[in-house]
Amino acid sequence: MSSTAQELIPPEAQEPGGGRIGRTRGGRVRRLTGRDKVVLSLMVGIPTLIELALVWLPTLMSIGLSFTRWNGLDLADIRPAGTENYQYITQDYPPFWPAVQHNFMWLLFLALIATPLGLLLAVLLDQNIRGSKIYQSIFFAPVMLSLALIGIIWQLFYQRDNGLLNFILGTAGTPQAVDWFGDSSVNIWAAMIAATWRHAGYVMLLYLAGLKGVDPSLREAASIDGANAYQTFFRVVFPAMRPINIVIVVITIIESLRAFDVVYVINRGTNGLEMLSALVIQNLVGEGQVIGVGSALAVVLLVISLVPIVFYLSRTFGKENRA
Amino acid sequence: MSTTPARTVRTGRIQAASAQRTGSMPKRHYGTHIFLLVMAVMWLIPLGWSLYTALRPVASTNEHGYFSFAGDFNFDNFVQAWTQGGFATYFWNSVIITVPAVLLTLFLASLMAFAVSRVSWKFNVTLLIMFTAGNLLPPQVLAAPLFEMAKHFEVPYSFSDSGNMLNTYIIVIAVNTAFQMGFCTFVLSNYMKALSADLTEAALVDGAGIWRQYREIIMPLCRPAFAALGTLQVIFIYNDYFWPLIFIQSGNRLPITTAINNLQGEFLSNYNLLAAGAVITVIPTLVIYLLLQRQFVAGLTLGSSKG
Repeated sequence: MSSTAQELIPPEAQEPGGGRIGRTRGGRVRRLTGRDKVVLSLMVGIPTLIELALVWLPTLMSIGLSFTRWNGLDLADIRPAGTENYQYITQDYPPFWPAVQHNFMWLLFLALIATPLGLLLAVLLDQNIRGSKIYQSIFFAPVMLSLALIGIIWQLFYQRDNGLLNFILGTAGTPQAVDWFGDSSVNIWAAMIAATWRHAGYVMLLYLAGLKGVDPSLREAASIDGANAYQTFFRVVFPAMRPINIVIVVITIIESLRAFDVVYVINRGTNGLEMLSALVIQNLVGEGQVIGVGSALAVVLLVISLVPIVFYLSRTFGKENRA
Repeated sequence: MSTTPARTVRTGRIQAASAQRTGSMPKRHYGTHIFLLVMAVMWLIPLGWSLYTALRPVASTNEHGYFSFAGDFNFDNFVQAWTQGGFATYFWNSVIITVPAVLLTLFLASLMAFAVSRVSWKFNVTLLIMFTAGNLLPPQVLAAPLFEMAKHFEVPYSFSDSGNMLNTYIIVIAVNTAFQMGFCTFVLSNYMKALSADLTEAALVDGAGIWRQYREIIMPLCRPAFAALGTLQVIFIYNDYFWPLIFIQSGNRLPITTAINNLQGEFLSNYNLLAAGAVITVIPTLVIYLLLQRQFVAGLTLGSSKG
């Protein structure tokens, strides 16, 4: 990570030929009229105020509320609780550890199955094969759907008695039929497959853009040097797509932390489908409204999310400053 | 000149290499095609099954079962979902939320992006980091405080029948805007940074103020970015399930994406109707995708191109 001082240097000053631009920019700042200054402060001020009030203030409040006990009714009833909520969720709250485990499984499934599948599809479709555009449209179609709708569509597919899957397996209507979204021993897998349906298409799209951006002379050079297709891809093309790879890693981690809609649509994230994000909401809208407990869960989610966020930001903005 | 022979040799070798590749192509592509075909069929099954179920009246499936080709096919389920299922209302609610949210997001993000990318100020990068990071947070992290803020923000009953900001479209629009603004600011600022500095320099010489530089020079040049981001944001906000779930309590004010979950409870035994509801919900995104595919794809990749 670059130092804070470095981050504060405006990117313009670091651009090639920065000297000239820096000087004229400096000149322009001096030439700003009073009216310009008012316009600029409104341009920065209004969006910043909204961002602070509706994104960062609530984030800080989540942290604050996680150390209190509150039923969400009267503001005067907020009582300090120390680390009680954290002790409660880690020691006495049964769904917590299953939720952590499920979030982790979700991440592994997306990282080891959905993402490589998307990459494979992109590599295959990047060759000029016939029907490539049609295939791309098909694989990409689920990306346009909301995860909530994906939950409904797969529910129709997974149902015990009238779902297509059990019919294909020949178990529909028999006692052996599995309720794919209802049975707590299999529903997490069924939900992860539904999520893969969307994630792989998204990854495919990003890699297709990435592959087009790889300098063709790199491949030619590799093939002249006698590299076969696998070597060319894994040693030359894949490393050349480093910026896209970073974005994909970050998206995969963040998607697995955000996994909410699918499980919430299926059964509100209970009975085998516990996820951290769903537990936060259960404690917010459920009876009793234990805001402190919900906030402690939100903080756990926040702390884990900060890892990929900081990684991404330091890559993106760090590089910008060094360039 | 002296490099010409060497280059010819090199080109020759490249041609030989690519000829070799072409030679082995049919064999490799045979397997590729089978794999892609199988995957494509698997990919289409869930959607196809929903459409098939939606097209069959519940009477046919009751009589012949779900796994048959017998009986009628018609659009009765769609008509029923649209009229009795309340989909006309839900769809309109989605429009009321999506249109202002997208316009506001793009407008505010363009102001912010202009300021941080075209004017030199020492807090530019800090602000940009704050906006980008905000968009990457899981929404659930902010849900409880935002819900309480809306609940304790009292307004006259003439303005909202709940007496606070809960159950209003405004809070859903505002939070969606705040959340999406970060991403749009990030993308637009990258786009504006790539525009030549001379453009605004020239305007400055002509005595154009900041607002005219923004309005008359930078905005028109950003049209492609706006088209891509606008398409993307329409789909993002239309597809948003979470914020209305938190803020909207009366069922008839829900947008379509959140409302369809209620349908699941209401029509538990009528999967045909549920399928029709799902297909109706897909249609707007499908239309946008077919009409503006290039914009949508551009929007998705814009954010990642500058990684």
